[in-house]
Amino acid sequence: MRRWVLWLPLGLFALFFVAVAVGLMTPKDNIIESKMIGKPMPAFSLPAAIEQRPGLSSNDLVDGKPKLLNIFASWCVPCIAEAPQLLELQQAGAEIHAIASRDTPGDIANFLNRWGNPYSRIGSDATSSVQLELGSSGVPETFVINGKGIIVHQHIGDIRKENVPELLKMLKEAE
Amino acid sequence: MRYLVFFIFLTAAWSAAAQTGLPPAPYANQQLADPAKEAAASELMEELRCLKCQSQSIADSNAPMAGDMRSQVRERIAAGETPEQIRNWLIDRYGNWVTYDPPVTPMTWPLWIAPIFMLIAAAWLARGRFRRKKDKS
Amino acid sequence: MIAEAGLIALWLAAGLALLQFALGAVGVRFGREDYYAAIRPVAVAQGALVAISFLLLIVLFLRSDMSVALVVKNSASVKPLLYKFAGTWGNHEGSMLLWVTVMGMAGACIALFERSLKVKTLVTTLAAQAFISLGFYAFLLVSSNPFERMFPVPPDGQGLNPLLQDPGLAFHPPTLYFGYVGLSVAFSFAVGAMITSDVGPAFARAMRPWVLGAWIFLTLGITAGSYWAYYELGWGGWWFWDPVENASLMPWLAATALLHSVTVLATRDGLRAWTVMLAVVAFSMSMIGTFLVRSGILTSVHAFAVDPERGSFILALLAIYIGGAMALFALRVGTVKEGTRFELVSREGALVANNLLLSAILGIVFVGTLYPLVVEALTNEKLSVGPPYFNLASGPVALILVAIMAVGPLLRWRRDSAKTLLNRISIPIVITAGALFLLVLLTTSMSVLSLLGMALAAGIAVASLAPLWKRNLRRTPLHTYGMVIAHFGIAVALVGMASESSFTEERLVAAKPGDEITLNKWKLKFEAIEPVAGPNWTALEARMTVQYENGNITEIAPQNRMFASAQTQTSEAALLTRWNGQLYVVLGDGDAEGRWQIRTWWKPFVTLIWYGGILVALGGTLALVGRLRRKYLQRKQKEYAELVL
Repeated sequence: MRRWVLWLPLGLFALFFVAVAVGLMTPKDNIIESKMIGKPMPAFSLPAAIEQRPGLSSNDLVDGKPKLLNIFASWCVPCIAEAPQLLELQQAGAEIHAIASRDTPGDIANFLNRWGNPYSRIGSDATSSVQLELGSSGVPETFVINGKGIIVHQHIGDIRKENVPELLKMLKEAE
Repeated sequence: MRYLVFFIFLTAAWSAAAQTGLPPAPYANQQLADPAKEAAASELMEELRCLKCQSQSIADSNAPMAGDMRSQVRERIAAGETPEQIRNWLIDRYGNWVTYDPPVTPMTWPLWIAPIFMLIAAAWLARGRFRRKKDKS
Repeated sequence: MIAEAGLIALWLAAGLALLQFALGAVGVRFGREDYYAAIRPVAVAQGALVAISFLLLIVLFLRSDMSVALVVKNSASVKPLLYKFAGTWGNHEGSMLLWVTVMGMAGACIALFERSLKVKTLVTTLAAQAFISLGFYAFLLVSSNPFERMFPVPPDGQGLNPLLQDPGLAFHPPTLYFGYVGLSVAFSFAVGAMITSDVGPAFARAMRPWVLGAWIFLTLGITAGSYWAYYELGWGGWWFWDPVENASLMPWLAATALLHSVTVLATRDGLRAWTVMLAVVAFSMSMIGTFLVRSGILTSVHAFAVDPERGSFILALLAIYIGGAMALFALRVGTVKEGTRFELVSREGALVANNLLLSAILGIVFVGTLYPLVVEALTNEKLSVGPPYFNLASGPVALILVAIMAVGPLLRWRRDSAKTLLNRISIPIVITAGALFLLVLLTTSMSVLSLLGMALAAGIAVASLAPLWKRNLRRTPLHTYGMVIAHFGIAVALVGMASESSFTEERLVAAKPGDEITLNKWKLKFEAIEPVAGPNWTALEARMTVQYENGNITEIAPQNRMFASAQTQTSEAALLTRWNGQLYVVLGDGDAEGRWQIRTWWKPFVTLIWYGGILVALGGTLALVGRLRRKYLQRKQKEYAELVL
């Protein structure tokens, strides 16, 4: 047998070692990003989630003005954490539409009474069908949508203080 | 520091806290009436990965999101879509991560060639071990 | 003071391991043969001390000594005794101590009982074994001290994870460890033989019982793990090609190959370098498996509470042992002659094919398991590789492998003719063809792979018994029976797998108490839903009566269990076993109208999967007993001959 073949196992092991050492050092996330970024909003139409706000359809997102689309639920704890930031964004002039994921009108109303309502429209997505259309894998998530109805950004998880200026900047750029 | 405990099946031991106030989507736990369509749906559900779990197919998961995905799969199959169309629809949204059957792309060529490569390597290794015809005598 | 005594015993054992390594290394390197005699007692003492240390840890757990941090974190005083006992190794520190204990005791056994190997090779082997142990001692003493005290002493412990409170799981991990340690012994033998260039039949015969033993434990461990996951996880799957499952399969594949190549080396003095390499690979796979499972580098449903820091430690050990052994292989194997060449149509030929196909499957599983990691590191894209890939890639190879398994034992050593072989296997071929014909005719739902698998299994079942044909059954050696039973077990398991994947029927219903469910020939009646309480849990239980055709009515009760200590919920499936399959019932959530989700499966012949696994392990056990008895008798004979002379 040729000599180099004998070194092959060691070589393969070295490759394995490098691969897992790199894998071990890079922090692991289980975040699945949407592949819909850069693509137009898929067509959908959702009924109103509460009486005080109209429902949401994809046409509402194509009126020439960039918007935030927030996916939230009353049963979601991080959604409470991001509520002040959403109000701050709204006061800064951002138009925020929402999708309530798997929720009941009563629960949503209680949630908004308690933590504030920054939304101009709220669609009720009882079976996650629009969430699946968007490539979203949980709550809360926030999408930035430009005036032409193209998804330009996905924010996964709750919006922190430091994310507010970023999102406002993105909205401005999306005009 | 978290202490190691063997085989915590996180998914079987889902948190007792309620996750949603609504019942699951209509076809999350309800089979299609047509057995052939149900079989096609269930084969696909076993090959789609639950988005909220560690490593489970949506067929095996108790997560509400997996239930909604099952419902989507069944509804779309019932409406006449093929399993491949549904799989591609999900790949367009979530990437290759969502299917346990890695699609053949340049990124997965090495993976799909690996079995053939292994067999060739095995044959090459074996070649030296057998007597050639001539030294049979 | 028990904890302190345990720690002292552990330190002493580590010291002795260092001494054992030094004695062997210096002795072999400088030819100091006077050191050789000392290494055996040192190995025995090391084994005894580490065993004492482990026993003391068990005592701490049984007494629920809450001044010890490990006991606090993994036990509670109200827990059943069995789980206090099992809690000893149901955690990182304890399991590492168990591992090094078994390793020390294996070293002691070699020192006490191995007489046929050249002294120099034996000494090198013991030194290598001590070297491996040293890594684990360092791991325990530096970063994972199991005897650490806790101040202030809490009133009670935090309890064992609820899912671990199951007899199946209490013994699944140690079974795998025994297998891993057996492979570490084979590894040490291989390193010893490489250093002394003593790779031959004597080395193979010394190593064989350890490989066999390891393989039996691995077989049992995987079988038990598969059954446990099947009934505990509550979706009726017995194998999902999950990274953790693959991590346990890879050492088994390597050990199976090694088991067969070691036979070639022992009988025909061939496959020398290959056998040494396989021994290294087999142990590598158990270390890599441990690493993958504990580092959390791959996402698994069997998620250990993982710790990357410990992962790095295991990876470092891995690099030293495996990298070292592979470098040694490259440097030293040149000095090992290749050994005899073979005829293609011969027992050796079939065994070579067996080895290569097993290695190919191992390669496929390895690549498939690690591929997502590599892709994510290189391109930042996430990828999933699951059952569709593994079944398609390894299934056909596995079918060729089992076909060769049927033929191999019917071939003669050295040389055979293809014509007489065809004669011998004509009956199995006819049976396979007949079964295939019938299955195609009578069934509709089978995939090509299950169809071929089931048909082949029928032929193999007959072919595997053929080595006993026309033989004097009382004079047939025990290890031949072992082989026959193990191969038959593979056929049995194959039938179970093909049947489960083809004929399973599923029925999902939302039912109210009083409703009836029909599934295949089963009639299920949902009688009531009731709360029940256990020692450390409460549950909702569905009371159901079931009846197969017009048979007896039996009660079953699937549960949703809530554990108070961990705030987790588990689903306890109700299983009802008949000779022809299993009924599997799971209770899901209730809804506002008082209906309950009930998931039911009828899985024809599913139990054959695990009965097959048990048969395989039983075959291995018979072979091991047969080999050890023969070795013992031969030694007695030799001693007697020397006495007479």
